[in-house]
Amino acid sequence: MHLDYLLRLADNALILGQRLSEWCGHAPVLEEDLALANIALDLIGQARALLTHAAALEGNGRDEDQLAFTRSEHEYRNVTLVELPNGDFGATTLRNFLFSAFAARLWETLQTSTDAELATIAAKSVKESRYHVRHSGEWVIRLGDGTEESHARVQLALERLWPYTAELFSEDEIDRAAARDGVGPSWASLESAWSGEVLPVLHEATLAVPASCAFRSRGKFGVHSEHLGHLLSDMQHLQRAYPGSTW
Amino acid sequence: MERKEWPLWEVFIRSRNGLDHKHCGSVHATDARMALQAARDVFTRRQEGVSIWVVRADHIVASDPDAKPEMFDPMEDKIYRHPTFYKLPDEVDHM
Repeated sequence: MHLDYLLRLADNALILGQRLSEWCGHAPVLEEDLALANIALDLIGQARALLTHAAALEGNGRDEDQLAFTRSEHEYRNVTLVELPNGDFGATTLRNFLFSAFAARLWETLQTSTDAELATIAAKSVKESRYHVRHSGEWVIRLGDGTEESHARVQLALERLWPYTAELFSEDEIDRAAARDGVGPSWASLESAWSGEVLPVLHEATLAVPASCAFRSRGKFGVHSEHLGHLLSDMQHLQRAYPGSTW
Repeated sequence: MERKEWPLWEVFIRSRNGLDHKHCGSVHATDARMALQAARDVFTRRQEGVSIWVVRADHIVASDPDAKPEMFDPMEDKIYRHPTFYKLPDEVDHM
């Protein structure tokens, strides 16, 4: 049973989608407002498909909405990286790049999953994530190699976000079981491909990659930063106040 | 205050069944590659296209609106330039 593996995928997409939707109406220019909303909607679409599949697999009558809106913080399995507050446009874009480079690699591999439904979701999502990498990567280069201010801001964002990327590749029994059963790769196995894609872009952006450190965030194990609770209280408010309501 | 605006790009999109790229609007972007992405994000959200061209607006040479009388009005009475002006022989009618 790979329910937890699915929830990690779904929650990454859902929480980053929710974060990016905060930009709606606030991006620096109209073009980016739409671009960020497009990415948010791609991610929420991925989350819906994955949560629907996870709910079916769980088989106790819950649906995608109940999984999204009635689970509490410690039941969420997203990596901490995606729940951190957006910061400025540079930090948001950099996170999109760091995460989507990982997601694109993951979806590529998941296309051959022994879970046929997951393979189908992956085939659709890989195209979306590849565009997210391209769009955010172009921005990272322009901001990093831009003005003194844009460089300083995105460098600072890199120093803040970088320690959280290690979590993407920390492995546990859920990963090992998924890899063993052919459901999907152990995330740890994606690290060199991810570095191979991310580092050249950071280099071209003239950004200094921070040294690795011992800190490990543990969001995908259910141990979150203080930020997720606030995000969920916002996202879940309506279903918590009026359970089962539709419109 | 000095304002550094991004250049304006005109966007042309070819639809799935279309043969030619049609002008559909414009975007602001720092450079050509970002302009293509902005055009994709702004103008193809509902599957409007399968190909995009962007052209820097200041690279387009346009006719002068004030020159309209001498540019276009002389063609008004040249109806013989339309094929419908000519009566075809019966043998080749219905072309």
